[in-house]
Parts: sequence; C-alpha cells; structure tokens
Amino acid sequence: MSIEVRERAMPRTGVARPRSRRRAKKSAYPYWFYLPAFAVFFVFFLLPTFSSFYYSLTRWTLFDSEFIGLENFQRFFDEPALTKGLTNTLIYAVTTSGLKVVLGMLLAVLLTSSVIGRAFMRSVVFFPVLVSTIGVGLTFTVLMEPDQGLINDALGLVGIEGPRWLVDPKYALLSVALVDVWKGVGLATVIYIAGIVSVPREYYDAARVDGATPAKLFRYITLPLAWPATVTVIILSLIGGLRSFDLIWAMTRGGPGFTSDVIASVIYKQYQAGFYGLSTAGNVVLFVLVTAIILPLYSFLRRREVQL
Amino acid sequence: MLLDRSWRRAGALVALAIALGAVGCGGGDDDGGGAEGESVELSFLVDNSEQSVKPAEALIEAFQQDNPDIKINLETRPQGGDGDNVVKTRLSTQEMADLFAYNSGSLFQALNPPSQLQPLNDEPWVGDLDDAFKPAVSVDDQVYGAPFGAASGGGILYNKKIYEKLGLEVPRTWDEFMANNAKIKDAGIDPVIQSYGETWTSQLFVLADYHNVAAQDPEWDQKYTSNQVKYAQEPAIEGFKHLEEISKADYLNKNYGSIKFPAALSLLAQGKGAHYPQLTFTVPNLETSDPDKIDDVGFFAQPGQSADDNGLTLWLPGAVYVPRTVEGAKLDAAKKFLAFVASPEGCEVQAKAFAPSGPFMLKGCELPDDVPAAIKDLQPYVDEDKATPALEFLSPVKGPALEQITVEVGSGLRSAEDGAKLYDEDVKKQAQQLGLEGW
Repeated sequence: MSIEVRERAMPRTGVARPRSRRRAKKSAYPYWFYLPAFAVFFVFFLLPTFSSFYYSLTRWTLFDSEFIGLENFQRFFDEPALTKGLTNTLIYAVTTSGLKVVLGMLLAVLLTSSVIGRAFMRSVVFFPVLVSTIGVGLTFTVLMEPDQGLINDALGLVGIEGPRWLVDPKYALLSVALVDVWKGVGLATVIYIAGIVSVPREYYDAARVDGATPAKLFRYITLPLAWPATVTVIILSLIGGLRSFDLIWAMTRGGPGFTSDVIASVIYKQYQAGFYGLSTAGNVVLFVLVTAIILPLYSFLRRREVQL
Repeated sequence: MLLDRSWRRAGALVALAIALGAVGCGGGDDDGGGAEGESVELSFLVDNSEQSVKPAEALIEAFQQDNPDIKINLETRPQGGDGDNVVKTRLSTQEMADLFAYNSGSLFQALNPPSQLQPLNDEPWVGDLDDAFKPAVSVDDQVYGAPFGAASGGGILYNKKIYEKLGLEVPRTWDEFMANNAKIKDAGIDPVIQSYGETWTSQLFVLADYHNVAAQDPEWDQKYTSNQVKYAQEPAIEGFKHLEEISKADYLNKNYGSIKFPAALSLLAQGKGAHYPQLTFTVPNLETSDPDKIDDVGFFAQPGQSADDNGLTLWLPGAVYVPRTVEGAKLDAAKKFLAFVASPEGCEVQAKAFAPSGPFMLKGCELPDDVPAAIKDLQPYVDEDKATPALEFLSPVKGPALEQITVEVGSGLRSAEDGAKLYDEDVKKQAQQLGLEGW
C-alpha cells in the first residue's frame, strides 16, 4: 500500500504513458534497464550454477562428457578423505567461529572503553584482515617451523618445548585455525564495536542507578543488545570457516597426510588431478551443506534477536 | 519510440563487442611461417625449473649457430599440476607453442597424442632411442617425442664414509638393508632420512620398488592397467611395508616431518644420516650446499626380496613434442631442431649446461667424467640391463593421493595394508577418468 502512495506523490515524467501504469506498479524502471544486469547474472551465475548441477552427473574433460548418473556422488561419499575432510571442516568452522565471537567481543569491549590509544589499537586489530591470506599463511608457516621457527624459539627461551605445530597431525588443523582467528578477529571486533556503540548510554545509566555491577552491565545489557552483531559474526565466520581453503592450502596442503584436509581442499585436489566430474559433484555437495547449515541457523538466530 | 531507439543502440553495442572480440581472437593467431628459404621463428615451451631452462637455452644457442635462418624463442610455464593445466589447455585451444617439453610416460599418454601431436616415426633419430625410453613416448608404435634431458635413478642415496667407517656392504636384499640400519643406529647415526616437508619425496620406497615388483612378475604393469593386480597384494605391497617397518623401528631423523629435500641431502652428505630414498636428479643440489662432500654420497638400487633380481628403477626424461597445428616451413624447422636435440651433440650441449641426473636415453651419448659419484653408480645397472622404468612410465594408472598416503604410512599414522588399499581406491578414479577398460 505504502508503495502506491509514494508513487502517486512522485511527479510523472514524460516517458511514462497511461499504458505503462500497470507495469510501473511492479518496477520502477523499464525492462531494458534490467537487461545488462540480468545478462551478467545469467551468464556468470545462473548458467554455471545449473550447468554444474548437470555436470556433476557426468564424467567430463575439456573435450567431452559422459553421463554417469549419480556415480560421482557415490564415489565422492566413498572417498576416504571425505569423512576426515567433513569432520575437519566442521571442527575448523566451529573453532574459528567460536573463538572469533569470544575474542571479538572481548576486544570490542576493550576498544569501546576509554582506553589510551584506542584509535591506534582499533586499527592494529583490524590490520591482519587487510593482509593477503596466502601471505599470512606463508609467513606463519615459517614462524611455526618446529626446529628453527620463531615461535618455538621464543617458547624455548621460557623453557617450554613448543608443539610441532603444522607437522604434528594432532595440532596441524588447530594451528591453522589459530592463524585464521588471528587474521579474522579484526573483522569480528569491528562488527562488535558497531554493535556496542549503538546501544544507548541511558540503559547503562539506568542500570547503574539500580545498582548493577560492571559484570551485570555486560551480562544484561551489552550481551543481549549486541546480539545482532553476534549473529552477523557467527554467520560470516561460519560460512568463511565452512568454505575455508586458501589458508589451509598455503600452510599444510591438507597434510600431514590427510590430517588437515577440509572439504574444499579435497575438492581442489580432485580438480587438480583431472577428476572434473567428481570435483563438480563435490562442489554441489559443499553448496548443499553450507545452505543446510546456514539457512536454519540464520532463522534460528534471527528469532532470538532483541528488538531495540 | 524511445524504447526502440535504445534497443537499436544496444544492438549496435553488441555488434561492436562481437567485432572487438573477433579482432582479439585474430590477434592471437600467428601466421603460418614464411616460405622455403626465408627465416622461420619458432616458440619453445619448457617448465621454469633450472634443469629445463638451462639445457633448453644451450640447445637453442648451439642450434641457431648452425641454422641462422631459424630463430627459436624460449617460453616458460610453471611446474607440477599448474604446468599440466597450462599444457593441456593450450593444446586443446590450439594455442600451444611450436615445440614443447613435457613428461614422457603416463602424463604424455594423457595428452591424447594421436589427435594432438605430430607423429615422428620417419625421423632418422628414432632408431637410436633407448629401448626403455621408446615406449614412453609412443602410442601404438608411433613415436611422438625426442628425449629432453637425462634419466634419473630412484633408489637409496647413502653416505659412503659411514659405510666405510662401520665396514658395511651395499645391501642387495631388504633384510641386509635392515641389518645395516640396525648397526648404523647402534653407532648413534640416524639410519634413514625422510623429508615429508616436501610430500612427493615420501613416495620413493613404494615407487622405487618397481624393479623388484617387475622382477617377480614381468607383466605386472599390463595387469595393473587392466585392473587384474592390486597394490594391496604381494609383491607390490612390499613398498608400503618397507615404509611402515622403517617408521616402526624408529629409524628416521627427528625432523622428518618438516624438512625439505635440499636439507635432507645436506644431512646425508654431512653424515648425520646414512640412507635417503630419493631420485638421483636431486644430487646436483649438493654442489651449492656441500660441494666438498658431494662425492661422499653414493647410490644403490632399492633392495628387494632376492639378491639376484636386484636392479634399478629408472625415471625416464621428458621429451620435446610438436603439436599437430604446426605446419609447413615451421614443421620442417621444428623437426630439424628435434633431430639436433636427439643427437650425441645435443646430449653434450645439454650435459654442459646442466649436470645430468643419470644416463642419457640415446645410443651414442655418454656421461661426462665429472658427474657426481652417486650418478656414476647408476651406469652399471643400465649397462648390465638391470633397469626397469618406473611404473608411471609403463601404465597410465597413477593415483594423485599417493604422496599423502605414503606420508601417513611413513609417519606411522596408517598401516601399510590400509595405505595400499586406500591407494587402490585412489587409482580407480584415475582409471575411470581415463576411460580404461576393466575398471
């Protein structure tokens, strides 16, 4: 209803004729105006998406394809690296997402307080977000080198024998996850800062008058009212974690063995080996998986939002 | 009629875009080369490793001196999987260089040579090709490539000083090898060096065992290609078992998980470890890291079940190919260049430019006297005909995940049997993608 009111209030241009009234109700622009955007959308998004659904059912090369039904999916789920990759993906996504929420929130509380050098510290926290992931990965690979790396050298100075980070199958995935958190926590912090700053000061004043301790202020005001920010951080970092690839590939290539393989690196290796149909099927699985996790999660988190 | 006019304008834009696109494509097409007698320009694509670029540059220089009317421009591409993609894409889009160097064996087979490459059976040098090499650049008895570089041996590099000091003898069976390892361990030296920081190096115990497999069953490669034998069965599983044994016996250097092969070679040359399963093409690296100790490093073929059958697994050199799209004067010039590459003079030029990693695959070519000791140790095996090409040159079936699996078995994360089974699953995908029969 409101749309129609606004439309009537708008001055009509000479282009619009009485005939076009019905069309104008549906869209503000003539159809040809959408054409370039639609062409781009069709060629680069719709077409590849739907053709990939088809090609996931074939065994294809650059030259030809052979329809083999669901064999690719069967083979993909038989893949021994897949179970490992799937659990690793979930571990990685949940670990990085969880740490980013906790650390991002704590950093944001610190950086919205009246601490000295606040603006400088804010930019320092955000800085890793701007650096290239591959660069970060390669740098940390050197730093985490077990025998000559800076991190273990530093730990050695205080008498701790550091773990063999990327080389030890037990720690490889977690080591990469930690680097991911270091690199990504800046973004989470910025989102939280925006969330916390938007909470009206009066709530805090009122609560303080009622005798609330700082811990209670955090628990009953900051935390619930920054919930939209938490939702955004969880969604963003979870999606990022589920499809994470570049950092893992730069640091361990899924190794040692298959111990830090995630779905995306399994798919990449299949593509690299020339199993095009199989890797297309893997991408379809990844697409379905991400959608299946994110959609319900999103609507669940949205329902818990507090109305301001 | 505003709408109509804009439609027409859009139409003109589309037409313009198409025209521009056509011009763009046209620019990519080289002309077919000049007529007879005029100068011809060829492009030559090699991977960007020093051991490809240096010999290629030397070959071009020597060839152009004799053939001033032919000019060859060197192009480089990445190594490994990315390079494979470059070669395959350029071939299938008909934009390949006029000459290109690429692996022989199964990677060559995957290029679909009969439809993509020029057949070369009528060239004079084809008769001089080594018998072990010829099948690796042929499809159905048709030869498609001239050998580029020298072969490489796969087996065990060892420290001769340690062997002298402990009075050990070069082992010919696996049991003798393990007995040596026990003595070396007692002397406080790491018996076996591994370098899983570079995962491909982990495959050697399995891949270099192929001569021993073929010694037990000479037709193993063909049976393997048609899915009649498996790695999880004897005799092929031995390679995986060796990896497991070495790891269980705790014979490895402490930092085996993180170091790369140059560091591992250094450990070997300095006598901090006694054995290092590796390909001999890596040995010239010692010329920069430990030049005074390079001749302390020797080589023996991977020991197997029986001393009499013991022999060398040979990695064949790559080859230079000509795509089918090259025609006329360009093709003649390209063939002339190939004849130079596949000549004793060509071998000599290559050997001078980069120290050869092993014997040349051409009759009449000899190794220079100044090659490192480990590479000299290869020659007797070849001369006595106790050498078999590695499986990847005999069968197109090679799974991409072998290096991850061997890292797991070699680090004790997975049992030999489990690893071999997993690898059998891995190769199934490769065989199906290639459309082989019996899979």
